Amino acid sequence: MSHAEDHEGTRRDFLYYVAGGAGVVATGAAVWPLINQMNPSADVQALSSIRVDVSGVEPGTQLTVKWLGKPVFVRHRTGAEIQEAQEQDAEGVDALPDPLARNFNLNADAPATDANRVMPSPEGEAPGAWIVQMGVCTHLGCVPLGDAGDFGGWFCPCHGSHYDLAGRIRKGPAPENLPVPPAEWTDASTIKLG
Amino acid sequence: MSGIPHDHYEPKTNGEKWLNSRLPIVGLLYDTLMIPTPKNLNWMWIWGIVLTFCLALQIVTGIVLVMHYTPHVDLAFASIEHIMRNVNGGYMLRYIHMNGASLFFVAVYIHIFRGLFYGSYKAPREITWIIGMLIYLMMMGTAFMGYVLPWGQMSFWGATVITGLFGAIPFVGEAIQTWLLGGPAVDNATLNRFFSLHYLLPFVIAALVIVHIWAFHTTGNNNPTGVEVRRTSKADAEKDTLPFWPYFVIKDLFALAVILVVFWAIVGYMPNYLGHPDNYIEANPLVTPAHIVPEWYFLPFYAILRAFTGEVWVVQFVSFITGGIVDAKFFGVIAMFGAILAMALAPWLDTSTVRSGKYRPMFKWWFYLLIIDFFALMWLGAMPAEEPYATFSLIASAYWFAYFFVILPILGVIEKPLPQPETIEEDFNAHYGKADADATPAE
Repeated sequence: MSHAEDHEGTRRDFLYYVAGGAGVVATGAAVWPLINQMNPSADVQALSSIRVDVSGVEPGTQLTVKWLGKPVFVRHRTGAEIQEAQEQDAEGVDALPDPLARNFNLNADAPATDANRVMPSPEGEAPGAWIVQMGVCTHLGCVPLGDAGDFGGWFCPCHGSHYDLAGRIRKGPAPENLPVPPAEWTDASTIKLG
Repeated sequence: MSGIPHDHYEPKTNGEKWLNSRLPIVGLLYDTLMIPTPKNLNWMWIWGIVLTFCLALQIVTGIVLVMHYTPHVDLAFASIEHIMRNVNGGYMLRYIHMNGASLFFVAVYIHIFRGLFYGSYKAPREITWIIGMLIYLMMMGTAFMGYVLPWGQMSFWGATVITGLFGAIPFVGEAIQTWLLGGPAVDNATLNRFFSLHYLLPFVIAALVIVHIWAFHTTGNNNPTGVEVRRTSKADAEKDTLPFWPYFVIKDLFALAVILVVFWAIVGYMPNYLGHPDNYIEANPLVTPAHIVPEWYFLPFYAILRAFTGEVWVVQFVSFITGGIVDAKFFGVIAMFGAILAMALAPWLDTSTVRSGKYRPMFKWWFYLLIIDFFALMWLGAMPAEEPYATFSLIASAYWFAYFFVILPILGVIEKPLPQPETIEEDFNAHYGKADADATPAE
C-alpha cells in the first residue's frame, strides 16, 4: 500500500505500467477471438455469385431470387411503366428523400435518376426495361411487396415505406432507395449477380 | 444486512456453531427470510414473488424443452412440432413456457408501475431501481431471442426487424448488424447464437435478482405511504414492521395462487391467444408476412420506434443539426431505447421529496394518464403503420417523454403535497384499527 503511493520510485512505477499494459494487451488478445467468432464464417463469407435466367420473366412481372441470404427483385417493366417511371423522374432528384442512386455498378455519388437505377437493356429492348435491386427495405429489412404502394412500385408492409417504379423511397420511414446489387448481363437472357 | 434493527441469527447447537464459523450461510438465509417488512404493504407488493416464480418456471420448463429442441434452420420448426405432438406432455411444457413469458411481463410491468407510483425509485433505492431496469432489459433480450427459436415467420421477421435496429447506428451499424447475425441476413448462425444466449441470460437475470434483493434488503422495502420504517430502536422498528416469514410469504403465496388460477385457465383453454398464427408457418426469407407484430409486451416501445418518421419536425430538426448522421431510422431507435432510459433516470428526474403518489394530488393524475398512455401505445403498436395511428403514436410517444423529462421535474417544484402520516404504524392503525397492546396481526 505505502509502496504504491510512493511516487519517488520511478523504477517501480515503470514496472506497474509495463505490467498493467501487458495485462490490458493480454486481456484484449484473449477477448478478441471470442468476439470475432461471431463474425460471418468462411462458408458464409465466400462471396457467392449467381447467374439468373430471366428469359421467362414477361414484361410486367417480377422474379425474386435469393442471393447472399437476401431476396433480389428482377423486374421487367412494361412500356407504360417505363413511361410512368420517367414521369416520376421529372420532379428532379433533389425532391427525393434520398437523392443518390445507390447503384453498386455506378459511382457512390451518382444521382438517383431512373436511368441510373435501371440495368442497361439488352439489344432489342427499350431502355429502362429491366431493373434489379435488393428486395430488402432500407428501414428495418423486411421484403417489400411488388405492384403496391402509392407510387406504383413497392410497398413495405412492416412500417409503411413506399418505393416508386425505380425503387426510390418516396414516403415512409425508410431512409434510402433500394440498393442495386452488382449485376451484369452475361448473355441476352442471363443476369449475373455478384 | 438490513439497516432496520432486528434480531439476528444466533447459532445454538455445536453443529450450527461449527458451520457458522466456517460459512455463515444459515445466518444469511435467516436474515433474508426474517427481514422486517413494513406492515402496511398492500396488494401491489406481491409482484416480486410472482416475478421470482416466473423466473424459476421459465428456467425449469426451458431446460426440459431444450432436451427436445434442435437449433438448426432445417430442423428447428420441425422439432417444435415434435415437442407439440410426440414428446410426453410436450405441448403443455411449451404452452407453459410461452405463456410464462407473458405472465413474466404482466408482473414486471405492474411491478415497475408500482415503483413509479409509490416513488420506490427515490433515494435511497436508486440502485435497486437501476438493477431492476437492467433485469427488465435482459428480460426483453431473452424473450426476443426465445421467440426466434421456433423459426416461424414471425420469429424470422421479428429477428430481421429488431437486428435491423442495430444497423441504424451511424457508420458502424452495418458491421455490428453483420456481427450480430453472423452473416448478411438472419440465418443458421443467428439461430444458433440466439439459442446459446437465450439459455445463458436467464441465469444472468437470476444473479441480478439476487443483487436486486440484496439492495432493497439494505435500504428496507418501500411501502404505500413512502414513510421510512423507524430505525431509532428495535422496539420502534417492530411497531412499523412484521417479519417477512411467515406474514408476507403466506400473503404473497395466496396472491400467487390466485394469479396462477388465471394463468392455468389461459394455458389450458387459450394457449395461443397471446401468440401470432403466422408463427406456425415455417420461416421464409423471401416472403414477409403482411403485418409484422411483435409480442404484446414489446408493443408500447415498438409504437415509439415507429412513431418518429421522416415527416416529424423533431426528426427533421435533429437530422439537420447533426448533418444527417441521425436520420429518421436512427432517431426511432434512439427514441425506443430512450423511452426505457427515461424510466431508469426517474430517480434523478423526479424533484419531489414526497415518495408516495398517495400524497401528491397533481402527480396522481399525470401518473394515471401515463398508465393510459402505456396502454394506448400498446394498442397503437399493434395497428398498421398508417393514419390515423401514426399521429396518435406520435402524441402518445410525446407524452411518455414529457412525463419523465418535463412533468416529473416540474411537479416537484409547483405541487403542494398532502400531509403524510408520521409513521407506518399510524397509517396501519388508521386502516385496520388499533390492535391492542398485544400485537395480534392475525385477527
